[in-house]
Amino acid sequence: MTAISFQSVNKTFTGARGAFKALDGVSFDIEQGEFFGLLGPNGAGKTTLISILAGLLQPSSGQIKVQGLDVQTQSAQVRNILGVVPQELVFDPFFTVREALRFQSGYFGITGNDAWLDELLDCLGLADKANHNMRQLSGGMKRRVLVAQALVHKPPVIVLDEPTAGVDVELRQTLWQFIARLNREGHTVLLTTHYLEEAEALCNRIAMLKNGKVVALDSTSSLLKNASSNVLRFKLDAQLPPELASQARVTGRIVQFPANDAVQIENYLAAVRQAGLVAEDVEIRKADLEDVFLDVMGAAS
Amino acid sequence: MRGWQALFYKEVLRFWKVSAQTIAAPVLTALLYMLIFGHLLEGRITVYDSVSYTAFLVPGLVMMSLLQNAFANSSSSMVQSKMMGNLVFILLTPLGPLSWFSAYVLAAVVRGLAVGAGVLLVTVWFAPLTVVWPVWILVFALLGAAMLGTLGLIAGLWADKFDQMSSFQNFLITPMTFLSGVFYSIHSLPPFWQQVSHLNPFFYMIDGFRYGFFGVSDVSPWLSLALVGGAYVLVAALALHLLRIGYKIRG
Repeated sequence: MTAISFQSVNKTFTGARGAFKALDGVSFDIEQGEFFGLLGPNGAGKTTLISILAGLLQPSSGQIKVQGLDVQTQSAQVRNILGVVPQELVFDPFFTVREALRFQSGYFGITGNDAWLDELLDCLGLADKANHNMRQLSGGMKRRVLVAQALVHKPPVIVLDEPTAGVDVELRQTLWQFIARLNREGHTVLLTTHYLEEAEALCNRIAMLKNGKVVALDSTSSLLKNASSNVLRFKLDAQLPPELASQARVTGRIVQFPANDAVQIENYLAAVRQAGLVAEDVEIRKADLEDVFLDVMGAAS
Repeated sequence: MRGWQALFYKEVLRFWKVSAQTIAAPVLTALLYMLIFGHLLEGRITVYDSVSYTAFLVPGLVMMSLLQNAFANSSSSMVQSKMMGNLVFILLTPLGPLSWFSAYVLAAVVRGLAVGAGVLLVTVWFAPLTVVWPVWILVFALLGAAMLGTLGLIAGLWADKFDQMSSFQNFLITPMTFLSGVFYSIHSLPPFWQQVSHLNPFFYMIDGFRYGFFGVSDVSPWLSLALVGGAYVLVAALALHLLRIGYKIRG
């Protein structure tokens, strides 16, 4: 069964500076039980798409269905089966963690679910914060509460919009263990993130958005297979000559070249030597999702 | 528990947790009005033949505080949730327009009645209390609180920032309550200003409310009920419509 179906979704924002097309004919399906990654640079339209899915925005045209239910015409039923973790770190300063979770359950007409709330608090490492006011929590802790609030009604479809933005390593581990468990138990997960290693590790299928369009849609393994197979990586203290720099990805001292075979690797190293530069810490690694992502985004522009 | 009841309970708990600010402060303000105006004007102003000025002032102050606080509750809650972004927690639930409406308006009614009761409790010692028609008192208290709670909801949906909200309150709600006959009977005004006062919807709420205490009023309580009730139907319909289309809360 299809968990989420996006059908030719368009969204145009009209503001003082004219019209801006945030989503341009987005269509793809997410099957029940998938762990699906939605990737793209800032401003690609990921959050707009999720906001329309969650009923926070209206599409300009197109249709979204969740388990066969129309997001616009059957909004109440859809919200009962959807758990959304918003990107913005929002909270209600009047209440404690447990109060916030009880109220959130109440809005869905659920009471007496303290056993599940305790499990949520436990699994997200919030058990000792249950009676703290929301204001007293650190940013990372507030983020955990956002996740818990999205799950109070045990939604079969879970949507996480950059849940690990600005969050420490420990929470990311805790969070992913828990979400992966829910996924194994049958919950469908739709995730947007800027951490591509997380997406590579967790998602079985990935869509990439750029300027409101789907520019890649495949299983994670196929995406990795189709990319240039290797990457030559080394460190350099000086500037690369411009003709080399245009082919490389340079991050501070680190220089990376996509390379398909040994000849290409030798050629790059020779060119560096001819420029009178010394490459340090030379290594050759398998291409990862970040390389695929940059390839796809580069090809789309 | 139904979904709207959870939201109602949340809205009540929200003001209850800061009751020093939301209940005690407006009661103290009303007490100050009573001390100053009651002291200055007692014996200088006659309103109705059988009613002393201080006794006349009590129901006016009760109703004014009730109205202003019912408005403040729904409006500040909505603006605050919009600005802090935590309205999203309610937007993501299956709660529909009627649930939002009931929860926000009823919580505003509870706050209005709590403040009104508090004001009555501290001002009633200044003059002998008479209650002629308790039913009218209750009807106008409930209707007035619901009216202002609903107006507060509309204003809260409309306003994007606190300063827009406070201009709504400072330039509309406060002048209309002050000029509605809280501190005087409109019969003491020149004919022109009497006519103007008849255009102020708040006048009918306070006049009808006062009728319940004294059995005398500037206009018939039935006329006040019809006008306030009719206006309420329109205001409630507008609020429900705005919630249905997601005015300024769903893009």
